[in-house]
Amino acid sequence: MMLRVASVEPLSPLVTKFRFVHPDGAALPLFSGGAHVVVEMPDGEMIRRNAYSLVSDPMDGSGYEIAVRREDLGRGGSLYMHTRVAEGDLLGVGAPANLFGLDLRARKHVLVAGGIGITPFIAQIRQLTRLQLPFELHYCARSRSEAAGLALLPDLPQVHVHISDEGNRMDPAEVLSGQPLGTHAYTCGPEGLVAAMADAGARLGWPEAALHSETFLAPPPGKPFRVTLARSALTLTVGPDQSLLEALEAAGVDAPWLCRGGVCGQCETAVLSCHGRIEHHDHWLDDDEKAAQTKIMPCVSRFQGQDLILDR
Amino acid sequence: MTLRFNDETFRGDYTYHNSAAAVRRFPFPFDQDSYMYSVNIEPHRPTRAGSVFEHRFDVDEHYVAEMQDRAITLADDPLRCQSLPHMELAGWDFLELVMVCKSEDYPDMFTLHRDGDRWHWINRPLGIDQRFTFMDTSTLPCGPLEYIGRQTQGDHALLDQREGNLWMDAGIVTSQADWSLDFNIGMNFFEWHAPVPKAHELGIFQRALKFLTNVQQGKPSRRLNWTMTVNPRLDTSPENYHKWGPEKRTITPENVGAKQYLRVELQSFYRLPRSNALVFPIRCYLISLEDLVTVPKWGRRFHRVLRDLPDELAEYKGFAVNRSMIVDYLARFDDGAETSAGIFPD
Ligand code: HEM
Ligand code: FES
Repeated sequence: MMLRVASVEPLSPLVTKFRFVHPDGAALPLFSGGAHVVVEMPDGEMIRRNAYSLVSDPMDGSGYEIAVRREDLGRGGSLYMHTRVAEGDLLGVGAPANLFGLDLRARKHVLVAGGIGITPFIAQIRQLTRLQLPFELHYCARSRSEAAGLALLPDLPQVHVHISDEGNRMDPAEVLSGQPLGTHAYTCGPEGLVAAMADAGARLGWPEAALHSETFLAPPPGKPFRVTLARSALTLTVGPDQSLLEALEAAGVDAPWLCRGGVCGQCETAVLSCHGRIEHHDHWLDDDEKAAQTKIMPCVSRFQGQDLILDR
Repeated sequence: MTLRFNDETFRGDYTYHNSAAAVRRFPFPFDQDSYMYSVNIEPHRPTRAGSVFEHRFDVDEHYVAEMQDRAITLADDPLRCQSLPHMELAGWDFLELVMVCKSEDYPDMFTLHRDGDRWHWINRPLGIDQRFTFMDTSTLPCGPLEYIGRQTQGDHALLDQREGNLWMDAGIVTSQADWSLDFNIGMNFFEWHAPVPKAHELGIFQRALKFLTNVQQGKPSRRLNWTMTVNPRLDTSPENYHKWGPEKRTITPENVGAKQYLRVELQSFYRLPRSNALVFPIRCYLISLEDLVTVPKWGRRFHRVLRDLPDELAEYKGFAVNRSMIVDYLARFDDGAETSAGIFPD
């Protein structure tokens, strides 16, 4: 759907909040806490598509809000949002999808966010509050000026803020220990934080199924490479700041996708021949599948070598 | 066209019957002359005016009688409707989906007024006029899943999505082809499909699950499944096998056309907004062989499908004992002529 940018509001030097509404004022589909939408950005010849967690109230269909961190080194999607999008613009926004939902069986929910990883939890807190389910949230940031999440978080006793510059680093083991049986923990943030939480959970004997994390990836930029599409009888060059999926789309090749972040599995593509090394950046294929080089996830993964032939 | 609802039963004297129009719109499930399991999933878009695919929740001449039959089954066995505590939100999502779809698709039968959380629902065929507060169970006579399930043809499973899998954590199931909600509750997609032959080896369930976990809001899908039932009985449950199992032995060459039914399930998949759960409506349609063969294409094709069906499938679907009698009966309606593509009558 095409939605209008209703407001653009800086939350910190690097993070800006965007609000989208339906141009006719129609209600938008409701969603569950942790859901994301894919925003389409027309950029010259190509359309960039980035996934962003919704930070508005899941039960409020009057608009969608996202918080975007500016990444100067990325492929340009978030830079585009910061530099080219203004109030009144129309942008394509997909239907909400959720790959990081709450496990509603939990007796209690412990939410741990690092930096911009706070975004999925904003809507989850609203959902948990409405359902009257017990939770606590830990928000970690380096400094107060970088802590854009502070502007989004409600003033509740369950919300704990950890600013490392102020000597107030979060201790994962302390957060996880002493929680009631049946608690689920959710982590979203830099890989180091996700690993530290998984580690602490394992040491404290938490069941794996009670530890959730959002390992959402933006496709990394890389070197250009060539790829041959057997069914479409095409050979393409994937540019340095373009994903393989974006290159397929730009060439008009039909390729499925959902998360565009290497976690949903929807874009999985068979590799017919590979002379070189696939740079697997996804969290979908297992280690054996990655080593076999017979499958690739075009939304995040790249290639280096002589030639790569795909079943597309 | 205004619907006339049949006065009919699905047990005892079995007075269930299809009008000529209902026969023509029957969802014949075979698009070619042979059958094997496949990932036969397509978008659940309005298709063909008058067909069972025209509306999201098809309401037909059997509506009122089916809801009466469900009430009898639920009164005998309340465990046919279960919802684990974390599925209440999904129940409300499902209630909203049905009320919105039915009031939009059948405004003459169903009306929904919404003023914030204050809702007013009118179901004319069943004579229901209910004011309630959305998301407040104390304002309904029972939980949201049971409430709307008693007013919606077909069984309904609510699947929670976690750990990349689907979990059957709620449902209302009274017209099932020999499986039990009470047995399956809490199981995941692979666990409840374990009894199905061949499909696991074909990789069907793995691919189907990947598809289902990615179903998006506003983009429902559907598939058809089928089996065979003796007498037009909705409740062919394992719990009541003693009531219907022995009826298989009553088939004779003389009565097979009237007593043997093809049972088709129109299954659909919807993502629910607030809960991120999936709802899986399983709508059952029944047609006797003698009605089915009034469409010449269907008679020819069904004969070929059943004649060539792998034994494991006939065994699993529970009609192996009567298979030869059924095939002999259908052979009389197969002149060997070619059949056209697709499922619809010529
Ligand atoms: C989430 C949605 C689904 C639910 C709740 C569901 C549930 C079931 C159940 C309860 C059975 C009976 C198993 C038994 O014998 O106890 C069954 C059978 C079966 N299911 Fe599913 N199913 C779902 C989706 C699918 C999909 C998407 C496919 C395939 C594309 C599929 C393929 C089958 C097949 C082939 C059978 C055997 C049916 C027969 O031969 O009569 N199911 N399903
Ligand atoms: S689109 Fe989700 S893994 Fe590629």
